[in-house]
Amino acid sequence: MYSEKVMDHFNHPRNVGEIENASGVGTVGNAKCGDIMRMYLDIDDDGIIRDVKFKTFGCGAAVATSSMATELVKGKTVQQALEVTNKAVMEALDGLPPVKVHCSLLAEEAIHAALWDYAEKNNITIEGLEKPVSDISEKEEEEEY
Amino acid sequence: MSKMIYLDNAATTQVYPEVLETMLPYFTEHYGNPSAIYTFADISKKAVDEARGAVADLLHARMDDVYFTGGGSESDNWALKATVEAYASKGKHIITSTIEHHAVLHTCAYLEKQGCEVTYVNVDENGKIKLDELEAAIRPDTILISVMAANNEIGTIQPIAEIGRIAHEHGVLFHTDAVQAFGHIPLDVESMNIDMLSASGHKINGPKGIGVLYIRKGVKIRSFLHGGAQERKRRAGTHNVPGIVGMGKAARLAKENMAARSEKEISLRDHLIERVLKEIPYTRLNGDRTDRLPNNANFCFRFIEGESMLILLDQAGVCGSSGSACTSGSLDPSHVLLAIGLPHEIAHGSLRLTLSEKNTLEEIDYTVEELKKIIERLRGMSPLYEDFVKKQNV
Repeated sequence: MYSEKVMDHFNHPRNVGEIENASGVGTVGNAKCGDIMRMYLDIDDDGIIRDVKFKTFGCGAAVATSSMATELVKGKTVQQALEVTNKAVMEALDGLPPVKVHCSLLAEEAIHAALWDYAEKNNITIEGLEKPVSDISEKEEEEEY
Repeated sequence: MSKMIYLDNAATTQVYPEVLETMLPYFTEHYGNPSAIYTFADISKKAVDEARGAVADLLHARMDDVYFTGGGSESDNWALKATVEAYASKGKHIITSTIEHHAVLHTCAYLEKQGCEVTYVNVDENGKIKLDELEAAIRPDTILISVMAANNEIGTIQPIAEIGRIAHEHGVLFHTDAVQAFGHIPLDVESMNIDMLSASGHKINGPKGIGVLYIRKGVKIRSFLHGGAQERKRRAGTHNVPGIVGMGKAARLAKENMAARSEKEISLRDHLIERVLKEIPYTRLNGDRTDRLPNNANFCFRFIEGESMLILLDQAGVCGSSGSACTSGSLDPSHVLLAIGLPHEIAHGSLRLTLSEKNTLEEIDYTVEELKKIIERLRGMSPLYEDFVKKQNV
């Protein structure tokens, strides 16, 4: 059901782990719906993301989208990272099954949440960054049988 | 180990070669329609009757009360919908449990939309139905109690003889979805006061696409499919003769081997359960420890999610299943695991392994070893585990 790229990122997730004293940490999702992503960012004085790590509780797609998201933001500026959308993550993974699209949304939210934390810690405003929704499950509706 | 290890026998089973062998002549050689009157069709008709007899034997039922259907889901749909239709003058209230298969639960939801009232009786932490709640739910307009014989996810065996007694004391019909129990544990429609029973061929090493609804003589439900006089005018459609023959053979084998097979499966199952609970921390067994299907083991591993576990198990050559949301296509984990009181995050980390008599101790040991590595790896990348460990260290 998953593309080769998704399986590759699931089997060999990039940037798994934690960053101590990270510039920004964001946790999104909830255990109730079965996905939690935590993103750690290490951002230097020039606003460049030097390092990024993640931890994810979730399905294969959740792990793969987290892993891909870390690759897409690593080495980028804060502003560039903000432009990494769920669509970009999905495209980079050669697509996701329809029921797994929410995983890519979660990855986008995780980046935003970590950036938000970074902005708050440094008392700065990142243009275009809105306060992330910590619980994206609220945005989703359940299908009826 | 390069060989596949199949531990998903509650999903479906292998058709035994001897079952297939009995089926094959009915495709090419004895292909006559059992409803026809010429001699050529007699062979098919006789084969269908023999199979009916084998199923009846396994249920301690009258042969004429066994009706072949297209599978377990059809049987469940037929039993519920036709009972509602036939007993409308008595009432429109049905009692079932919170942990039924969706073939019953979704049918109940459909019937509720048609104006029926359904009471969903709770189960305890082991998945056993609360008999006092069940009895208290009975009303003058209750027409049917439908409770599964054994649960497909957690394997808990229900006290169906008790339920049958209660139903009949109150003059209410009793249907049981025995898809997981049929051929695996002893069932007796007489002593258990069962009025209707659903069963399936492919859960007992028979073919897919064939099932049975047992309907006790005197239960007035009518046809669900119209268009022919087959099955005593109660189930239209040309007989699936090879399927019926296969189910009959599988039923006969199940009856003959039940004791020996159960013993083998229970010893493998208990070995699996003991090793997993002992060697993998933060793990629980779901379902009743003793009143459970011989081949069922169901665990929850905390801090991890089921689908990831299944993919990694698959890569290790092991077929299992999970009640996590991701495997169900919805956002909620298994309704059964929630009904036994598990919080969502724990229910997401469930793993069901259902064995067969063909599995070996080596396969089980290999699975446990792989599982240990998989759980450790997934916990290593779980933010829930990270939080838990940090909390422990405070």
